[in-house]
Amino acid sequence: MSDLTELSLLQAADALRAGEASSAELTRACLDRLAAADGRIHAFLALTPERALRQAAEADRRLAAARRDGDTLPGICGIPIAVKDVLCLEGVPTTAGSRILEGFVPPYSATSVARLEADGVVVLGKTNTDEFAMGSSTENSGYGVTHNPWDSDRVPGGSSGGSAAAVAARMAYAALGTDTGGSVRQPAAFCGVTGLKTSYGRVSRYGLIAFGSSLDTVGALARSAADLVGLYASMAGPDGRDATSAPEPVPQVILDGSVRGLRVGVPDEYFIEGMQPAVEQAVRRAVDVFAGLGAQVRPIHLPHTDLALPVYYLIAPAEASANLARYDGVRFGPRRGGDDLLTQYLSTRGELFGPEVKRRIMLGTYALSAGYYDAYYGQAQKVRTLIRQDFDAAFAEVDLIACPVTPTTAFGIGQHGDDPLSMYLEDVFTLPANLAGIPGIAFPVGFDGEGLPIGMQLNAPRLAEGLLLRAVDAYQRVTDWHTRRPAEA
Amino acid sequence: MPITIDEVRHIARLARLRLTPQEEQRYAEQLSAILDHAARLSSVDTSSIPPTATVLPFPSPLRPDVIRPSLTQDQALANAPAAEGGLFRVPPVLES
Repeated sequence: MSDLTELSLLQAADALRAGEASSAELTRACLDRLAAADGRIHAFLALTPERALRQAAEADRRLAAARRDGDTLPGICGIPIAVKDVLCLEGVPTTAGSRILEGFVPPYSATSVARLEADGVVVLGKTNTDEFAMGSSTENSGYGVTHNPWDSDRVPGGSSGGSAAAVAARMAYAALGTDTGGSVRQPAAFCGVTGLKTSYGRVSRYGLIAFGSSLDTVGALARSAADLVGLYASMAGPDGRDATSAPEPVPQVILDGSVRGLRVGVPDEYFIEGMQPAVEQAVRRAVDVFAGLGAQVRPIHLPHTDLALPVYYLIAPAEASANLARYDGVRFGPRRGGDDLLTQYLSTRGELFGPEVKRRIMLGTYALSAGYYDAYYGQAQKVRTLIRQDFDAAFAEVDLIACPVTPTTAFGIGQHGDDPLSMYLEDVFTLPANLAGIPGIAFPVGFDGEGLPIGMQLNAPRLAEGLLLRAVDAYQRVTDWHTRRPAEA
Repeated sequence: MPITIDEVRHIARLARLRLTPQEEQRYAEQLSAILDHAARLSSVDTSSIPPTATVLPFPSPLRPDVIRPSLTQDQALANAPAAEGGLFRVPPVLES
């Protein structure tokens, strides 16, 4: 095989099982690709090559034993992946993209990563993210921006921008991301890869550095829906270490290539003024493909959609302001000087948090403060109920909701400047799923006139990740957008 | 409703953030713009709508109250900027 990084995850897994390639070879191929491309893209914050090659050697032993004994291993055994730097990995520096966690070495691994590693996955390193996952571009990272592999003057999206860029540039077969307001789906759309946001509670949050605890979810990005199935199956399911972990068992995901008879709703409210025409056209063409495959497409309404943005930007900062109170220079991370404890708190937090994180802490503290709690946080929680009820009503009539991921394709680095509200508007189509706790998937459905990928989103009822993967796989069997790769990368 | 510089200073104090005068000015403007956008929520009638604190359809489970292995003291202190005698070391809270 000439270039192993050109294989999809499933092709690589087949090559491993057949003994045509070793995990060590796949791992070295990814590390070589990284060495050649990541100087330009900056998808990774830390590499773990020695640890990865040790894991690969162990996976190769397991694969050889399984071949010898006729045993079955998880399909992901021996596959090299990347992990977003908000997920703890025991003994490997984890920063959440923040200077306030520089040098932090977690004493335990996140459940999601630990389950994948137990199934034989090889971790290549930690990927760049907006600081504490707060952002839509990776520009808020404390360690530099990631460049979009399709156009290095553009952002890869965020906050899982490093993970999306790593997959698009063929540096890893897949990557873990997290999604609090769109942070898996939006970068997947901007980088032309497939990204799954799981239902709230479906994948344990243990070891995920907390941002918005009622919204945070762990997900994954890969080159296709079929490539995501093994990762999802490994990570999902109850975890006693996360009190919000869903107790329901995880049904096996069946990819039968069929969407016949599925009812697909297209919400009018997601086709707004100011949308890039190429995005709307590509999404509507993709909906036609589903119709051609036998899905029943019908218009639906989600009437409170335009309120998701203000609700999210009160609730998420409020939760963040509480979660980030722990970063005070006492137990982990660097410390900035002060003759007394209060001065140390003020200097450490004032100097080491970046501008967006401080802005959200300020916003959240305000929304929760005496005199404003009912008007802002309390009212946002009530309108959140209305947004959930929109989805409940819609899913009484349809099985899936089809809509855009973003109003535009990838924007330029620096384009939103110092205008936070215009950046927040980038999340307008992804926030509702987090507020409702339902799963979503983003996948490529075309390109705009400048050759930038366009994504589309499907949403499903809580815990129906299998339906999302099946529907996108059916689409990807009859289209080839997901096989396109950036020219330079 | 614009946020004043005094309010920004008050919030920053509550949040334990030292801000520069430039940051105070910028956050006053930006928080005002964001809260102005959020003001549309106040026009929604929610008098009969319960708040959503969690989307989970089940109550938080309780684990048995039994002692289990946890991080060792050394592990818990390993990331501390300063530790002494098995404790996190910090500057004085009160003047002596």
